[in-house]
Amino acid sequence: MSYVIHPATAADEPKPSGMDDALLVHMYEQMVWVRQFDRRLVALQRSGRIGTYPPVEGHEACQVASTLALRQDDWVFPTYRDTGAMLVHGVPMERLLLYWNGRAEGLYIPEGVKVFPIAVPIATQLPHAAGVAWAARLRGLDEVVLAFFGDGASSEGDFHEALNFAGVFRLPVVFFCENNQYAISVPYARQTASETIAQKAQAYGLVGKRVDGSDAIAVYQAVREALAQAREGGGATLIEALTYRYGPHTTSDDPSKYRPKEEAEAWRERDPLLCHRRRLEGWGLWDEERQQALERRVNQGIAAAIRAMEAAPPPNPDDLFDHVYAELPPQLVRQRDELRARLARREGADR
Amino acid sequence: MSGRELTLIQAINAGLREAMRRDERVMLLGEDIGKNGGVFRATEGLLEEFGEDRVVDTPLAEAGILGTSLGLAANGMRPVPEIQFMAFIYPGFEQVVSHIARIRMRSRGRYTAPLVVRVPYGGRNRAPELHSDSTETFFAHTPGLVVVSPSRPYDGKGLLLSAIESEDPVIFLEPMRLYRAYRENVPDDYYTVPLGRAEIVRAGRDVTLISWGSALRDALKAAQQAEQEHGWSVEVIDLRTLSPWDEETVFSSVIRTGRAVIAHEACGHLGLGAELAARIGEECILDLEAPVARVASYDVPAPLFQLEDWYAPDAGRIVEGIRKVMTF
Repeated sequence: MSYVIHPATAADEPKPSGMDDALLVHMYEQMVWVRQFDRRLVALQRSGRIGTYPPVEGHEACQVASTLALRQDDWVFPTYRDTGAMLVHGVPMERLLLYWNGRAEGLYIPEGVKVFPIAVPIATQLPHAAGVAWAARLRGLDEVVLAFFGDGASSEGDFHEALNFAGVFRLPVVFFCENNQYAISVPYARQTASETIAQKAQAYGLVGKRVDGSDAIAVYQAVREALAQAREGGGATLIEALTYRYGPHTTSDDPSKYRPKEEAEAWRERDPLLCHRRRLEGWGLWDEERQQALERRVNQGIAAAIRAMEAAPPPNPDDLFDHVYAELPPQLVRQRDELRARLARREGADR
Repeated sequence: MSGRELTLIQAINAGLREAMRRDERVMLLGEDIGKNGGVFRATEGLLEEFGEDRVVDTPLAEAGILGTSLGLAANGMRPVPEIQFMAFIYPGFEQVVSHIARIRMRSRGRYTAPLVVRVPYGGRNRAPELHSDSTETFFAHTPGLVVVSPSRPYDGKGLLLSAIESEDPVIFLEPMRLYRAYRENVPDDYYTVPLGRAEIVRAGRDVTLISWGSALRDALKAAQQAEQEHGWSVEVIDLRTLSPWDEETVFSSVIRTGRAVIAHEACGHLGLGAELAARIGEECILDLEAPVARVASYDVPAPLFQLEDWYAPDAGRIVEGIRKVMTF
């Protein structure tokens, strides 16, 4: 099994079948949104306006193209690096900004947006995704689940258990591995002696596929096929997309400590946005004027979201207690009231 | 209400059946729960009545069972996973403490985990090694979980039905030693016993003895012995919900009697008795005639069964605890 890696230029490439022009353009525009938003998040962290943040840059095709293949009633299970997938499936930028700024309000995902909370421990979301898919099957719903994870997650027990359940119960779920070849500093060869992640599918009776994670069209097509199979009762697929994160694991580490600099440079030549833009230009669907207009729109949208984050009212101490239980037990009522009283006293003293 | 004389395990089986008849969303999953009816027969006959979509023999994978249960619950089902023995829940511990307990908080109420994890627990059952843990503290220490332990057949069914109705995740700890210890009348109909409420199972004037799960039977025996041998009147409280627990019932009893003893099968160090003792100290100090006493297992791993009668408190050790506070 090998990746089909597309060349960096594709001027004479034919348009893919089953994808209309609007989708091809939309895919690109969404990738630009994600890249700009991601860069702003990094910049905001650098200037102390949000907390630690794990950058996406390099993963845009993986996240955007896969999620665009979903229906609105399908599910997304993101990791912390899947800002792009969350945006595309409908999580507002403002929520993500609030979340990375440590605000409880950022935990709320609007009703109707079927995105699960960001998975922070590694691979724990995969059994949840299998369970949601299982419930869909039992309830006779034809919704499908798309669950993201990284190469490091494939070493965790939860990866094994989730894929095993998905195989045994033939669950409508697509496991999407963004294999960026490093789990923080540890390279792929230290995660597994398996030549590919995709081949692990075989052990669970699932379909395994590899795609070029820089190629938005290839990602879209692979996911679309897997979703159709899942929706028709054909069971789960494990997709491995080969990709690279240009930046650090999070804003707290320096990748030059564990990766050769040339590696990132080589990957940038096959940049997912660049590849897709060249294609669109070749097909007469994109030009510099549209690019400028898009960037203006994107920058305005992001600026408005940042303003909304910064205009949020101060944190509410009740947020500590709300949503721990369906109804606040007496112990927590007492503790909440104690905190309220303490804050009221302090406010009185400040006056 | 008509009823039948049932053991605890039969009452739990009856509760599961009632819940499944009443609510189509309720499903059971776990190891050997289908054809085999569970290693303790808690799910006996349920596969035949409800079919294999609702009584599911899963792969042997606790994190998978608990993790998929969260997903099932978040997407509209009411899963009741069974873990075979308490010490076997640890591979799925992360799913319980990091996800099941927190999903409501982590989504500000958008997603919830209304599920009940049934776990046989406790020792003095002559079970093999690592089949006798009583580590309720792990779960009682985790905000977002409700931890319940019935000590009698009536509560076994009634608390289970409340747990299944609950919108919060419940860790339902079933004392193995009491599964077939005795029978009592259990109503045939659907009924619930409220979560978060302790029960005074024996009224008394001189000392409050708080216990739960399998130790509750020993506590009752000790209360009787203390009365017969020393004339001390012992009030016994079955805590029933271990977290969040019923402070009101406990404090008002201790304020009345002026003395408190806590007896549990878990080891003493940071056992739930430590929290109860601390809170009683904070709230009842002016009414206390003696320091609060704890009677618990020694701070060693649950031993092989030839040693377990020395390890875990029995009625004699609980009477010693009562003597300590009565003669202080």
